[in-house]
Amino acid sequence: MPAFSYFPGRVVICLDPIVEMQKIMKVYPNGIVANNGVDFSVTSGEIHALVGENGAGKTTLMKILFGIEQPTGGAIRVGGDEVKIHSVAEALQLGLGMVQQHFMLVPSMTVAENIVLGTEPMKGLLLDKDEAVRVTQALCEKYSFAIDGRSRVGDLPVGDKQKVEILKVLFRRAKVLILDEPTAVLTPQETEELFRQMVILKEQGHTIVFISHKLREVHALCDRVTIMRKARTVGVYRLADISIDQISERMMGRQAALEVHRTPAKPGHIRLAADNLTCVSGEHKKMVDGVSFVLRSGEILGVVGVEGNGQKELVDMLTGETDPSAGTVTIAGINTAGKGPRSVRDLAAAYIPQERMEVGIAQDCSITENIASYIYRKPEYRSGPLLNWRKLAATARRMIADYQVKAGSEETAVRMLSGGNIQKVIVAREFEGNPGLIIADQPTRGIDVGAANLIHNKLVELRDAGAAVLLVTSDLAEVMTLSDSIIVLFGGRISAYFPDTAELQENELGLYMLGVRTMSEEEIGRCRHA
Amino acid sequence: MHKARSWLTKNFTVVRLAAAVLIGVLFAMAVITLISDDPAAAISKLFTGPLQSKRRFGNVIELMIPLTFAGLSITVMFAANQFNMGAEGAFYAGGAVAALVALNMPLPAFAHPAAAILAGGLIGGVTCLTAGALKVKWGTSELVTSLMLNYVMYYLFKYILFTGSGLKDPDCGYVATYKLPGTAVLPRIIQGTRIHAGLIVTALAVALIYVYMKHTKWGYELKLTGENQKFARYSGIGVGGVILASQFIGGVIGGTGGAVQVLGMYERFQWVSLPGYGFDGVIVAILARKNPLFVPVAAFFLAYLRIGSDAMSSSTDVTNEIISIIQSIIILFVSAKVFLEAYRQRMVVKEAVEHE
Amino acid sequence: MNEAMSYIFSFGFIHSILRVTTPILFATLGSVVAERAGTANIALEAIMLFSALGGALGSGLTGSLWIGFLLALASGLLITAILGVFALRLKADIILSGIALNLLGTGGTVFIMYTIIQDKGNTSSIATQVFPNWSIPVLDGIPVLGDILSGHNALTYLAFLMVFLVWGLLFKTRLGLRIRSVGENLHAAESVGIHVQRIQWLALLISGFLTSLGGAFMSMGYMNGFGQNMVSGRGFIALAAASMGQLHPVGGMLAALIFGTADAVSNVLAAARIPDEIVKMIPYVATIIGLVAFSILTRHKEQRRRQVTKAES
Repeated sequence: MPAFSYFPGRVVICLDPIVEMQKIMKVYPNGIVANNGVDFSVTSGEIHALVGENGAGKTTLMKILFGIEQPTGGAIRVGGDEVKIHSVAEALQLGLGMVQQHFMLVPSMTVAENIVLGTEPMKGLLLDKDEAVRVTQALCEKYSFAIDGRSRVGDLPVGDKQKVEILKVLFRRAKVLILDEPTAVLTPQETEELFRQMVILKEQGHTIVFISHKLREVHALCDRVTIMRKARTVGVYRLADISIDQISERMMGRQAALEVHRTPAKPGHIRLAADNLTCVSGEHKKMVDGVSFVLRSGEILGVVGVEGNGQKELVDMLTGETDPSAGTVTIAGINTAGKGPRSVRDLAAAYIPQERMEVGIAQDCSITENIASYIYRKPEYRSGPLLNWRKLAATARRMIADYQVKAGSEETAVRMLSGGNIQKVIVAREFEGNPGLIIADQPTRGIDVGAANLIHNKLVELRDAGAAVLLVTSDLAEVMTLSDSIIVLFGGRISAYFPDTAELQENELGLYMLGVRTMSEEEIGRCRHA
Repeated sequence: MHKARSWLTKNFTVVRLAAAVLIGVLFAMAVITLISDDPAAAISKLFTGPLQSKRRFGNVIELMIPLTFAGLSITVMFAANQFNMGAEGAFYAGGAVAALVALNMPLPAFAHPAAAILAGGLIGGVTCLTAGALKVKWGTSELVTSLMLNYVMYYLFKYILFTGSGLKDPDCGYVATYKLPGTAVLPRIIQGTRIHAGLIVTALAVALIYVYMKHTKWGYELKLTGENQKFARYSGIGVGGVILASQFIGGVIGGTGGAVQVLGMYERFQWVSLPGYGFDGVIVAILARKNPLFVPVAAFFLAYLRIGSDAMSSSTDVTNEIISIIQSIIILFVSAKVFLEAYRQRMVVKEAVEHE
Repeated sequence: MNEAMSYIFSFGFIHSILRVTTPILFATLGSVVAERAGTANIALEAIMLFSALGGALGSGLTGSLWIGFLLALASGLLITAILGVFALRLKADIILSGIALNLLGTGGTVFIMYTIIQDKGNTSSIATQVFPNWSIPVLDGIPVLGDILSGHNALTYLAFLMVFLVWGLLFKTRLGLRIRSVGENLHAAESVGIHVQRIQWLALLISGFLTSLGGAFMSMGYMNGFGQNMVSGRGFIALAAASMGQLHPVGGMLAALIFGTADAVSNVLAAARIPDEIVKMIPYVATIIGLVAFSILTRHKEQRRRQVTKAES
C-alpha cells in the first residue's frame, strides 16, 4: 500500500516501501526524548539519506530499526508486514543490517572468524575454520572486495576494517544496509571507492540507508533524503529537487552561517616547537618519524591526515602523555618531552582531547567538578589546601551562560548532557584564562552545527588574542576553513606543508593524505621556520 | 501525586537504598519464620532487643565505633577506584601493635594511648599501602593482594603477640596477653555502658575525613582519580601519588580503628581470630554512598541490626549468622543499577510527556 | 626439620602437591572461563564454601555419595546463579556482587549448618562420605611415575582432565569462540546477533560448575566433612592463578601447581617444629610473591620492547 507524506507545497509518494517506521517514540531513562513521533520510509533499491544535526535523533531511529534499542511507541513495517524487532538477531533475520560508526570487530580473531561469528560453520561439534575462510573468499569475489580471510583484523587498516563490517552484514543476507557516518574515517579517494561499492550493491538489489553529516556526499550519492530535526521528521525530498543550502536550512531551521570569518594571521613568537619527534610502537613500527615544525602565537596550524597516520601518537607526545622515542617538544622555551602532562599544563597549554568521554571529562561528576580540573590549583579558588566551591560553582555558571550549554544547573552530572554540550563544557574549561597554547584534537567531530560553529569562532577569537592553536583534524572542511597553514601527516611523516590555505583544494590535500604525492624536503622544511 | 512523583525521581538513590534494606530485612524475617519455633519472639527481639536496656543500647554505640572506622577506611580506599579489602588486616594489625605499645612502652596517662593509637594507625597504613603500591608500581590486582595480606598480617601478629614476644599470660584462663596497663586503656565515658573515649576519636576521624574528601584539593584529586583516571592524569594530577596516599590514609583509619577497639573494649589483647570489622566496612561504605558524613549513620544502623541479632540469638533458637545473609542481600540490591529502574523510567516518561 | 626436608625431596611429596592443587585448579579453571567472557567471577570462595557444605550435608544425611555430590553441585550453582541474576540482569557491579557473596559465604554456611545439624563448627556429627582414591593398574607398578600419579582421589584425576576439556571448549568449539568474542569486544558479538547475556550466563554457570567441583573435593576428598571456613582463601588464590596463567587453561594449571606446592610445603612444615602461624602464612605470601613476579615480568617485557625501539630510532 503506498504511503503518502504531505509537506508544504510537496507531495511525495512512496511506492513499495520496503521499510516503514510510523510515529516512532523513544524516551530515554534520563528524560531525553530522542524520537518524537518520527515517520521514515525507504523504497526498495534506493540509496536513501538520513540527515540531521547531532541530537536530531537519526542514529537512535536506526538503532531502533536494527533492534539495538526498543521504541517507547510507534510501529515498524518491513515488506508491508508489521513487525516487532526485539533484538539484533531479529533484525538480521528480517534482512536488515547496520554498520555503525565505531567498529564492532574482535581484533585478535581473523577476518573470516569475525564474519562468521554468530553463524559459524561446524564440523561435528567443532568449528570448521576452513569453511569459514572459503565462504569469506566467495563473498569478496561476489562484491569485489579485496580482503584476505585469514588476516588478523587487528592488523588491518581502517578502510579494510570497514569493508569487513560491510561483509559481515552481507554475509547475513541483509537486503537493507544502514550505514552510520561511514565516510567519517575515510580519505576522499577511499570515499569514492565506497560510493562505487554502494552502487554495485544497489545494482545487486540492495537498499541502502546513508546517515551522514556531509551534505555534499549525500547530494552526490543518494536518491532521496529524509531530514530530521529535534526528534521529528521535517521533510522527505528527492535529491534532484533540493539544494545543499536548502537541506541545511531545514536541518537547522535557519540559514546557517557555516562560514567562519578569519582575517589573515599575524604570527608572533614561537610558542611550540617540535624537533625530530619520533615515536616507535611496541611492534617496532615508527608511528611518528622525525616530525619537526613550529607554531607561533596568533596562528592556527592545521594537522590533517587519514586516521592512523601518527596523529594520535603525535598529540600524545605533545601533551606529555607519552615519552618520545627521540626528539624534543619545546613549549614556551622549555623542553617538556618525557616530563608528563603536568609539566605541559603548568605552561598554560589547553588540550581538547579526541576521546571526550574517556579523557576529557569525568562522567558522573557535576559540571562544576569537571571545569574545576583546570583551575583548582589557582590561588583565587583556594585558601591553603581547602577549595572554595562556591567560587568554582559561580565560575561554572558563568561558563554555562557564555557557551550556551543546555543543562539543568552547574550541579548536573555531565553524563546527562548531549554530545555537543559536553564538548562545550570541555572547551569552556580549557579556554578559561586565555591559554597561550591550544591543542585541539578533532574538536567538532560528531557534534551539531551550532556547537561546532561556536567552537570554531572561539578558536579564531583566541588566536586573534594571541594564542597558538594546533588543530588536529580529519575534517577537511574544518581544517581548510580555520587554518592559516596546514601540515599533512602520512605514514608518520610530514608529506606536505601549505603555508597559505587560501588557494588550496580538497582534492590536492587528499593526494598528500594518501601518500600519492609528497613534497620535497625543502618545501616541508619551511614549516620549521614558518 | 505529581509532587510525590517528582520528589521520588529526585531522591531516587535514597529510595532505592531504603528498598534494598527493606528487602534484606524482609527476607531475613521470612527465613526466621521458616526455621524458628517462635518466629514472633525472634523477630521482635531482632528489632527491639537493643532498646530493651541501657546496656544493650550501649552495645550498639560500642559496636558503631569500629564499624565507623571500617566504613571510613573502605570509603577512602574505594574512592580511588581500588577494591582494597585490606581494612581487615589493618584493623587486626592496628590492635595488635597498640597492645604491643601499651605493654612494652611505659608512658604517662594521655601520651600512652595516643602513642599506641598512632602506632596502630601507622601499621594499618603500611598494610593497605602495600597493596596499593604493588598495584601502582606493577599493576598487581589489589583485590587479591589485599586479601592475602589480611591473612599474612593476621598470622604474623597473632604469632608475635601470643608466642613470639612472650606477652602471653600463662595464668589467664583463655588465650590472651597480660593485662593492658591502666595508663594505656581508654576510659569509659558513659555510666552503665562500656562506651569509651574512642567515641571522641571516632567523631574526630569522621570530621577530618569529611573535610579531606569534600573540601580539600587532595580530596578533589582523589575523586577525579577514582571517577576517571585518564582524565585525572590529563588534568595534570599525579595519579599514582593520589592512589598511594588514599590507600595509606584508608589503612591508617583501619589501624586506628583496631587500636581504639582494643584499648577501649578490652583488658587484654585476645583476638585469636580475625574480628571481621574490616569486611563489615564494605557494607557500611556502600550504605553511606561514598559520603563520610553518612558513615556513622550507616554504622549505627548496622550496629543496631547486629545487636538486635545478638539479642535474638541469645534468647531464641535463631543463630546470629543470619546477619551476614541480610548484609549480602543489601549490598546486592544496592549495587543493582536496574533495581527499580523500570519503575523509575515509567515515572520519568510520564513527567517528560507532561512537560511537552 | 631434617625429616621435613627429606620428605620434601621425595616423590611422595610431589604426590601430595597434586592432591593439594586439586581444589585450587578447579577454581582456577572456573575463573578462566568466566574472565574470558568478560564476567569476572570473584565469588569463587563462596561457591566453594557452599558446595563443600552441600556435599557434606548431602552425603552425611542420606548416606549416599552421589546425592552428596549432586547437592554440592546444586549449592555451588545456586550461588553462581545469584551472582548471575544480580550482575547480569540487575546490572550490579560484578566485583561488588562477588564480594557480597563472599561475605555471605562464611556466615551463611555456618548458619545453614547450625540450622540443620545444630553444630557451628563442623559436620563430624554426621557420617559424611568421600570419593575413593584410585590406583591405576599398570601405572602402579612403575617406580617413580606410580608414586606420583597413582592412588589419587577420583576428583584429582577429573581436575587435570578438565584442563584439557576447558582448552577444547574455549578454542575449538563454537561456544568458546562466542565466549571469547563477548569477552574481547561485547559490541562485536552484539552486532552479529549473539545473545550476549546468554553467553555470559553460560560462561558463569560453567565457571560455577567447575568451582563447585573444587568445593566438593574439599569436603569429600581432601577432608572428610565440612569445617567452618575450610576453604581459607583458596578461591582468591585461584583468581591469582588464573591471572598469572594469562587466562589460558594450561597456564592456569601451571600457576595453580605453584600455589599447590606452597600449600603442600606448609602442610609438611606444620608437622615439623616450625610455629603454626608462620607456616600458615606461606601460601598467602607465595601468592603475593607469585602475582608480583608475574606483574614485574609483564612490565619488563613491555619496557624492554620500548627500550629497543628507542635504540633503533
